[in-house]
Amino acid sequence: MKPLEYHAPGALDDAVRLSAEAGASPLAGGTDLIVQHRMGRVEVAHMVDLKKIPELNVLEFDKKSGLRLGAAVPCAALAECEPIGRLYPSLLEGAELIGSTQIQSRASVGGNLCNGSPAADTICALIVLDAVCVIQGANGSREVAAKDFMTGPGETALNKGELLVEIRVPPPAPLSGNGYLRFIPRNEMDIAVVCVAAHLVFDKDRETCLDAKIAVGAAAPTPLLVEQAGRALIGSKLDEPALKAAAQAASKAVRPIDDARGTAEYRRHMAGVLTRRAVGMAVNRFKESG
Amino acid sequence: MSTKRVVTATINGTDSTLIVDDRMSLLDALRDAAGLTGTKEGCLTGDCGACSVIMNGRLVDSCLVMAPEAEGAIIETVEGLAQGNDLHPLQKRFLEHAALQCGVCTPGFLVAAKDLLDRNPEPTDDEVRYWLAGNLCRCTGYDKILRAVHDAAADLRSSSR
Repeated sequence: MKPLEYHAPGALDDAVRLSAEAGASPLAGGTDLIVQHRMGRVEVAHMVDLKKIPELNVLEFDKKSGLRLGAAVPCAALAECEPIGRLYPSLLEGAELIGSTQIQSRASVGGNLCNGSPAADTICALIVLDAVCVIQGANGSREVAAKDFMTGPGETALNKGELLVEIRVPPPAPLSGNGYLRFIPRNEMDIAVVCVAAHLVFDKDRETCLDAKIAVGAAAPTPLLVEQAGRALIGSKLDEPALKAAAQAASKAVRPIDDARGTAEYRRHMAGVLTRRAVGMAVNRFKESG
Repeated sequence: MSTKRVVTATINGTDSTLIVDDRMSLLDALRDAAGLTGTKEGCLTGDCGACSVIMNGRLVDSCLVMAPEAEGAIIETVEGLAQGNDLHPLQKRFLEHAALQCGVCTPGFLVAAKDLLDRNPEPTDDEVRYWLAGNLCRCTGYDKILRAVHDAAADLRSSSR
C-alpha cells in the first residue's frame, strides 16, 4: 500500500489550501473516492476530509432564498429535512436512489456532482430546479449553474484546488411540480441506463404550462438540459402533441453510447419514454400539492 | 510515510483508544486494532454490507470509512447487541429461523436490522426489504431473514410495552 495521509481541517480556507497540493483529494462520504482509491483508479496521497467544515454541512431552507445544501451533507439527511420532499421531490428521489441505506448514510449530493458521472442520480433534478453550485478556491468564490457543472465523464467545472462548498436551489414557483426517475433493469442498487428530471410551472388556470425544464442523464457525456423539450411543453396543456414533441426532442438531443447497461439506440428511445413519464410525475406532484 | 495516529472513539458504549494507520479503514481498525472481529470483510466496495456498523447514529459500511474519521465517533458493532449472555431479540430470532448458513453476512444484517428497528419499530415487509437491500446473503436467501426481523420487531414492541 502506498502512503496516505488523512487531514480533517475545520476551516474552509485550510481545506482549499490542502486540496491544492499534489496528490490531494477531497473526501466527503467517500463512497466513490475510497472505492476508486482502493481499486487504483485514482492515486491519493492526501485525503482531505471536508465533513468538519461548517460551510459544507449547511442544510437549511428559507421560503425566499430556497434551499442551501452543503456539499458534504449525506443523502440520508435530505429525507429528514421536511421541505425537501415536499418542494424538491425530484432531488429527494435522486438522492434516495443512490445505493443502499449504508451508502446514503455517507454519500453526499455534492460528492455525486463532483464524481462527474453522466449517470449521477441527483444532477438532473438540480438542473431542472435551476440550482447553483458555490465553489471556493484560493482566490475567492464563484458560482456555476448546475447545468454547467459537469463538463465530461468524470470531469467537472472545478479547477485543481477548488472545492464545491454548497448547492443553492431557489424556491420552486407556487404553481409547480417536479419529478425524477431513471430506468434500470432491476428494482434497486443499480446505475441509470437513462434518467430524466422534469420541472413544470403552471398558469393560474392550473392546466397551461408556463415553464418547463427537462434534463436527461446517462445519455451523453454530461447530463443535458434539453431546452427544446421544455419549449415543446410551454404554452400547451400537456396534451398528446406537446408530450410527443417533448419526447422526440429529448430523443433527438441525446448522444448516447453502447455499453453494458444498454445500447445507444435503446437509450435514445428511453430518453423520450422517460421524458413523458417524468412530465407525468411533475403533473401529479402539482395536482397533489393542491 | 503513512501517518500513525491515536483515535479515540466510543465503541459499544466503551471509550476506546486505537492506534491506526491513515490507510486503514474503520473495518480494519475495528478488527485489527480493537480486536472486534464480529464485523466482517466482504466486498470492500460498499456493495455487500457485511461490514455494517452504526456510526454516530447512521448505518454505514465500515469498509468505506477511513479509520481516522472515527475520531470522537460513537460506534455500535454486532458485539454490542447481546447483553452479557442474553442475546438480542434479533439474534434469538435469526437462530430460531435458521436465518444464516455460513454466517459471514449475519453481523451486518443484525446491525442493519437493529438500526431499522430503532427507527421504525413496526416496519412493513417492503420497508425491511429496502432497508436491508445493501446487505447481501449468498447462502440462505432472504425470506428467513425477513421473518426473523419481523418476529424480533414484535418481540421488541411487546417488551417495550
